[in-house]
Amino acid sequence: MLFLATLVIFTPIATVLFVLIQRGLPEIRWEFLTQMPRMGMRQGGIFPAIVGTFYLVIGTVAIAMPVGIATAIYLSEYAKETRLKRLIEIAIVNLAGVPSVVYGLFGMGLFVLFLHFGSSILSGALTLAMMSLPVIITSSREALSSVPYSFREASLALGATRWQTVKHAVLPHALPGILTGTVLTIARAAGETAPILFTVAAFYLPKLPHSIFDQCMALPYHLYVITTQVPNVRISLQYGTALVLVGLVLGINLIAVLIRAHIRSQKKW
Amino acid sequence: MFAKITIDNLNLYYGSFHALKNVSMLINTNQVTAIIGPSGCGKSTLLRCINRMNEVITNVDVEGSIEIDGEDILAKGVDLRELRRKVGMVFQRPNPFPLSIFDNVAYGPWVHRIRNLKELQRRVEESLQAVGLWDALKDRLDTSALKLSSEQQQRICIARLVAARSEILLMDEPCSALDPIATAKVEELIYELKKEYTIVIVTHNMQQAARISDESGFMLLGELVEFGHTDQLFTTPQDQRTEEYITGRYG
Ligand SMILES: Nc1ncnc2c1ncn2[C@@H]1O[C@H](COP(=O)(O)OP(=O)(O)OP(=O)(O)O)[C@@H](O)[C@H]1O
Ligand SMILES: [Mg+2]
Repeated sequence: MLFLATLVIFTPIATVLFVLIQRGLPEIRWEFLTQMPRMGMRQGGIFPAIVGTFYLVIGTVAIAMPVGIATAIYLSEYAKETRLKRLIEIAIVNLAGVPSVVYGLFGMGLFVLFLHFGSSILSGALTLAMMSLPVIITSSREALSSVPYSFREASLALGATRWQTVKHAVLPHALPGILTGTVLTIARAAGETAPILFTVAAFYLPKLPHSIFDQCMALPYHLYVITTQVPNVRISLQYGTALVLVGLVLGINLIAVLIRAHIRSQKKW
Repeated sequence: MFAKITIDNLNLYYGSFHALKNVSMLINTNQVTAIIGPSGCGKSTLLRCINRMNEVITNVDVEGSIEIDGEDILAKGVDLRELRRKVGMVFQRPNPFPLSIFDNVAYGPWVHRIRNLKELQRRVEESLQAVGLWDALKDRLDTSALKLSSEQQQRICIARLVAARSEILLMDEPCSALDPIATAKVEELIYELKKEYTIVIVTHNMQQAARISDESGFMLLGELVEFGHTDQLFTTPQDQRTEEYITGRYG
């Protein structure tokens, strides 16, 4: 029974990976990874899309991680049990379920148009960060609540302030869990198309962005473009791009797995 | 003998629940004061008033006064950090941090801004000496405190308070997670420590209270029914309820 369930989950993933590798791997050459697209994206590489996605991931981490962790710490360690807190918690749970295209439209309305950031890396990263925040907050709070209450009690009873208690007696023990959750969330964001569609992604931009106010290409959107918007693109080029995207996401996930394995090996209580 | 802690007409409410009723007692310097009573009578609550740890969990209302060295600690504007440094607490289950032995003992001084390594080392040695662990542990101060036995962990928790220069030690059933032999050793330690500290201990174990305390109080349903010299309380209790409890006839 369990074996069957495992098989049901594993088979599609393995098949997808197999097909991607079989058809995409021949395309993965140094030039493919490091060159600009040419001939209306039918030739050349996907370098700007890789760089764009890289910048977006960095931007998203830089925004979502501090804000998310700070929010989680505030809600878990400081906020009193009031109705407002309940309301915020419910809102966070619900925000995690909002479809990503809605975040995309909202990001366009708020960052691109209202705040005049234009279609830019800044707008895109902010939108991706906004989408990631609810999940980062939730997983960070789980990590915080897995730290025994007795650590906080012992610390406070020694005369430590709340912040000292969080910093020395709670956070160090929750950090690996927080990082794992954050990295997994970021990996998901890296593969999203809808949130970047209206906020940053360029259809075709054969140069690299110079500042956070520039547009950029991005892997998920580029894949969408060369598979549906541009006629007569080599199939192997499409599969190669998909393989790079999946490889990137799996690579980020692997980091999370490694962090988790590391915690397990040093689980202290 | 003068009173280190003066508790006067203390009332405490958890919401609408009246958990401490008109408790008054004098706790003397360099003595062990035991608080006994059935489960749920408010022993821990009373103890946690003295370092104001009740306020950490829920919103509680406290009336009356507690003075330590003549200073009202329930007053507004009391420095809680300083109060809790001075009034240390040992919990029922040993709760060392998942840090090294050294870091555990140095935690108190560290959060009180003592960052000089020499000074920290000095305090760690002196504190571990005080709880009788120095000779056993001096060569492995960097191993995790969680690797130690429960008894040693509880001693580490006491050493933490020594290092922070606490003057009053509140102990909430400090031996209930220990076996009889470990319990006897910790009792010995408590006896040693009272030369330097004022100790208030909550215990379920009446023999323990009789063995180690100078004065004892018996609590029932939030009330301090009787308070006095331990010998007296256990041999000639004044209140019938005390007598019923110590002779084991209580509920
Ligand atoms: N945070 C709280 N909120 C509401 N009620 C509480 C709280 N803490 C304790 N109480 C109640 O106050 C009463 C006294 O609790 P306390 O923990 O002081 O008892 P105790 O004498 O220490 O018991 P035990 O011997 O089981 O440790 C109990 O009836 C308990 O249910
Ligand atoms: Mg108790």
